[in-house]
Amino acid sequence: MNRFVLPLAVFAALVALLAVGLTLNPREVPSPLIDKPAPRFELPQLHQPAKTFSEKDMLGKVWILNVWASWCVSCREEHPVLIDLAASGVVPLFGLNYKDKREDGLAWLKTFGDPYQLSIHDFEGRVGIDYGVYGVPETYVIDKRGVIRYKRIGALTPEIVRSKVLPLVRELGRG
Amino acid sequence: MVRLLALVLLAMTAAWAPAKEATPAAQDPALEQRVMALSNELRCLVCQNQTIADSNAPLAEDLRNQVREKMRLGASDSEILDFMVARYGDFVLYRPPFKAATFLLWFGPLLLLAAGLLVLLRRLLRRQPAQDVAMTAAERKRVADLLAGDETERR
Repeated sequence: MNRFVLPLAVFAALVALLAVGLTLNPREVPSPLIDKPAPRFELPQLHQPAKTFSEKDMLGKVWILNVWASWCVSCREEHPVLIDLAASGVVPLFGLNYKDKREDGLAWLKTFGDPYQLSIHDFEGRVGIDYGVYGVPETYVIDKRGVIRYKRIGALTPEIVRSKVLPLVRELGRG
Repeated sequence: MVRLLALVLLAMTAAWAPAKEATPAAQDPALEQRVMALSNELRCLVCQNQTIADSNAPLAEDLRNQVREKMRLGASDSEILDFMVARYGDFVLYRPPFKAATFLLWFGPLLLLAAGLLVLLRRLLRRQPAQDVAMTAAERKRVADLLAGDETERR
């Protein structure tokens, strides 16, 4: 009887390890950018290509940068969540139109609605690389000092907005 | 006839070969070799088990271009790796670095092997030597008969 105890314990430990592993999402790679200054950019705006927008324009404010594209399926899924978030007026939402044709991006916003104060146009995906983007949509919460405080890879859901994004935005707004 | 056919076929493949190899559009083979060598060290985050050298994902292509551009500007391999790690984290390195956090990753298999050897060793040491069993007189006689080649024991 006794000699079964150890193998059984080892087996149970292995099962526990694998069970925990199953609940983790391998696509979610922790970003090294958390608590680092938001990478610099200066990109033309989607609607007015003659004007540019830079992360510096938002110093002193808590804001959200959302990476989207008209070719991205999950963005469509995420879109109503962003519309609701924008309508709440709690935090300004900016879009980074990633590797998209300008007319496609504009048409997409026209069809589904535009939750963003403005979107910038990153046709070559350079700024995307600086922000470590690899799975659109991605969302960054940036604080008043221009530091990235939160990153979400993949679509935002109402639960995540309620439990993570909004509490963080409120806390950062106070500080 | 066969020889002629073979010649024709050979001539045809020779004509195709350069057409196929013309695809990599690099003017500088040495640079391209460096780009590919470093790309083999970088993980594609879209298709996680491929390197950016293997992957055809658009992001992998962008990252290869980024590597190429930085090399043209004279960046060293380690500078480029640092650039990638700053954006995508250690995960972007196809060979994980030695760190406190990756200790189990590197030495886990070795620890398991050591544990296995330890268990084996303990078992071997604990094993009782085989006991001698005394033979009966009848058995002794039979052995003696067999060794002597007694006819009755033959089949």
